[in-house]
Amino acid sequence: MITVERLSKTYRVADKQPGLAGTLRHFLRRRQRDVSAVRDVSFAIAPGEMVGFLGANGAGKTTTLKMLCGLIYPSSGQVLVAGHQPQRRHPDFLRRITLVMGQKQQLIWDLPPMDSLRVNAAVYGIPDRVASRRIAELSDLLELGEELTRPVRKLSLGQRMKAELLAALLHEPELLFLDEPTLGLDVNAQLRVRQFLAEYNRRTGATVLLTSHYMADITALCPRVLLIHQGQLFHDGPLDRLTSRLAPERHVRLELEEPAPAEAFSGLGRLDSLENCEVNLRVDPASLTRVLAQILERFEVRDLEVNDPPIDQLIGELFRQGSL
Amino acid sequence: MGRYWRTLRRFWGTALATQLEYQLNVVVELLAVVLSLGGSLLLLSLFFGPGRELGGWNWNQALIVQGFYTVFDGMTTAWLRPNLGAIVTYVREGTLDFVLLKPIDSQFWVSLRTFAPAGLSEVVLGLGLAAWGAHQSGVVLTPAVLLTVLLMLMVAAVILYSLWFLIAATSIWFVKTWNATEVLRAVLASGRYPLEAYPAPLRLLFTLVVPVAFLTTVPAEVLLGRASLPLLVLGFVLSAVFFAAARSFWLFALRHYTSASS
Repeated sequence: MITVERLSKTYRVADKQPGLAGTLRHFLRRRQRDVSAVRDVSFAIAPGEMVGFLGANGAGKTTTLKMLCGLIYPSSGQVLVAGHQPQRRHPDFLRRITLVMGQKQQLIWDLPPMDSLRVNAAVYGIPDRVASRRIAELSDLLELGEELTRPVRKLSLGQRMKAELLAALLHEPELLFLDEPTLGLDVNAQLRVRQFLAEYNRRTGATVLLTSHYMADITALCPRVLLIHQGQLFHDGPLDRLTSRLAPERHVRLELEEPAPAEAFSGLGRLDSLENCEVNLRVDPASLTRVLAQILERFEVRDLEVNDPPIDQLIGELFRQGSL
Repeated sequence: MGRYWRTLRRFWGTALATQLEYQLNVVVELLAVVLSLGGSLLLLSLFFGPGRELGGWNWNQALIVQGFYTVFDGMTTAWLRPNLGAIVTYVREGTLDFVLLKPIDSQFWVSLRTFAPAGLSEVVLGLGLAAWGAHQSGVVLTPAVLLTVLLMLMVAAVILYSLWFLIAATSIWFVKTWNATEVLRAVLASGRYPLEAYPAPLRLLFTLVVPVAFLTTVPAEVLLGRASLPLLVLGFVLSAVFFAAARSFWLFALRHYTSASS
């Protein structure tokens, strides 16, 4: 459905120093600088896949997404989406895709969503009878009712997002580009949107590419994750593989019957904390079984837990550090 | 083609519905139109008082020019300003992305998306004023004259639209273009007086560079039966050139468009 080969995008930006002098210099002699937003990215997505697209702000996610929709011309590389070169924006291509942006809306602010839906039906050339049927089906799935006949400005953020999704899916696209579709929604509304997307994918077999800041969206929906970091593809594969790559150690939490000194844990792993009977260790997965056996041999253990560090914490750290 | 008609009907249906959400606005706008036309007529009477002539135009003939000016001012209010003024908003808020991803011509969308009915009252008033001026000037309206007037009004509409669109399309680069459209509006305001009321260099400017003359003076001359054929042909040619320029400039602008949040 999507093939991307050695895709790059370079922006030309003007540097401006602060202050009046900087402004004057900026006006007289503009210094241009090339910033590469996306570098040499390659991947392929099969029909029906749900793929999560991760990356910090400014990592190049949105730029890549927009190149896939045809909104930005790539600087170099090949993109083929649904058999088309997106940047040509061929009508057949546009009928097969949709874009939902969490922070932008296409619904008419002062009118009920139904009016915007009727406009979209006309634009896509969907006969009224068919449009009504699709609206009924989708609003049922989205749990939208009389909200469709209330002005958009009077809807809650969650209701508005659901109406946006309905407007974006009216033409039954095969390919959904979702840029932060749950941005700013409360936990319940996020869950509702997530369930809807999973159900939509199951029913229609649509391909979904989703960016989100909420790891819960990704873990719930996307078996496969693309992580883009400083414009480059850092990871392509299942989420748990990303976890083990980012955090090669397992967290082992112990509750002992009797307190033990720190020296007692030497050779077992890295000691994170030791408080009376509670011990936190980080252990290399390769030696995990050996270490656990030794622990059970050496100590009277009341409770034992082995965990992966939480993924959002790991990725959060990655984004904060800004390097790998 | 049917899809475009249906879309246009939905566009303007929703535009009308949006306006009616704010009932008081409609009343206030109507009042503003009447007051503004009254002011224009007062100003016109200072130059072309009954019995006074300027550049070969008398008061009644000048009323025809003022009438056509009012028609195009109404067209600007009803159609050009609400649509082309919104391009800036599309660019700034990044919602142009949604427009570009629709399987419909983007120039069609940004040019016809909305509609302000208040301007229509100005169009009707202007046509009425032109008709009254023509009647007072003793014009006999044959079908041939009427057809030519309508054709020249269409030529004028295309020129006006293209001028507006050329400026509005620059908002892809410069987000603030509203000042430029105000300049255009001021230049177009010169169309409320007959072309001959201006000195020769300005007449040339208003015929060829910013063809204001074709908006008001030329249709009025057709109505008065004193337009020359070459001038009418020039009008057609200019409207075609301006429209083609607007179209290709839009395509050029889109190639340079990389949305607001990159």
